[in-house]
Amino acid sequence: MNSPKPKRQIPGTTVFDGDVARKGYALNKMCYSFNERANREEFLRDEDAYCAKFGLNEQQRAAIAHRNVLELLEAGGNAYFLAKFGGIFGLDMQDIGAQQTGVTKDEFKAKLVAAGRN
Amino acid sequence: MAKIAGSIMTSHVPAIGGAIAKQLQEDPYWKPFFDGFPPIRNWLAKVKPDVAVIVYNDHGLNFFLDKQPTFAIGAAPEYRNSDEGWGIPVVPSFAGDPDLSWHLINSLIADEFDMVTCQEMSVDHAFTVPMALLWPDQKWPVRTVPVCVNTVQFPLPTAKRCYMLGQSIGRAIESFDRDSRVLIIGTGGLSHQLEGKRAGFINKHFDLQFMDSLVTNPTWATQFSDLDLVEHAGTQGVELLNWLVARACLTGRVTLKHSNFHIPISNTAAATILLENQ
Repeated sequence: MNSPKPKRQIPGTTVFDGDVARKGYALNKMCYSFNERANREEFLRDEDAYCAKFGLNEQQRAAIAHRNVLELLEAGGNAYFLAKFGGIFGLDMQDIGAQQTGVTKDEFKAKLVAAGRN
Repeated sequence: MAKIAGSIMTSHVPAIGGAIAKQLQEDPYWKPFFDGFPPIRNWLAKVKPDVAVIVYNDHGLNFFLDKQPTFAIGAAPEYRNSDEGWGIPVVPSFAGDPDLSWHLINSLIADEFDMVTCQEMSVDHAFTVPMALLWPDQKWPVRTVPVCVNTVQFPLPTAKRCYMLGQSIGRAIESFDRDSRVLIIGTGGLSHQLEGKRAGFINKHFDLQFMDSLVTNPTWATQFSDLDLVEHAGTQGVELLNWLVARACLTGRVTLKHSNFHIPISNTAAATILLENQ
């Protein structure tokens, strides 16, 4: 990675740029495959084999095993592709938001409602 | 000659598709959003567009990161929706308009917008949800041309470039030698962020400023870089670029006919606007 100047930091935010897209390619490719029901079922039948088929690295494999969105982002995951992974477990965006921000789903939803009152 | 009737911009949250499938339009959570549409449907019934150019972003149904075009345009006779991983029922397929597609391709590339052209293309919720909001019976009365903007992988096209693309599409449509009433649809946004510790970020003030600018000062948003937009509107709020393309297509006198803004739908500041072009 040879970015010439330091990247602009936006707190609490990972910008899915070229560096992240390179790092997360295998993980995102696996998540892309979850568009198809048969692939979702194959993953559920044998998670290890399915991850191996896509060549996930150790960090990615662990993040998948932990079902941990912040770890998946750190491993190069893209939000839109991770949403397809979340879909396997019936997780919606408030579940995912709550997990990432360390609050309950109800607290997360209340925060969204509050944003409309500001 | 073809004439642009106006532009409708609206959010495209996948959960809206789920709510439509479950018929939750009158549910207290959903009603404030769905209530934004009857006035727009009345306008559509009066104007009767026969083609819709839909400016949206794909979220990993048609395009994976192996090939991620900055700007792509459909040139297919038909566009199909399919499962995006959540098992939401798919909507009926959409008729394409290859004559208009190729006219746009020829015009845009001559105008130095080097579009990726797609003779086969799946369309995801960003295309289908707005269509289902405008025509709830899902008997689509329009042919369609999808225009897909990369809002997934950075760097994104600049807001300025998106605006210029819209202007070029607008000029191209108005030079199309077929009697046609064309509707422009811009989808996505407004402010929201799905990922990271900042997940749930919404910026009502910025959204309202942006919506106002579409009427009063349409180039306002072109001052922002992609990362500025992330900061102000969230990582997915950058989808407002689709709105900007759609706005810039309007070449005539633009009048605000209707707007609606409601927080939240899912994690998103949900917004709808109708601009008439004369």
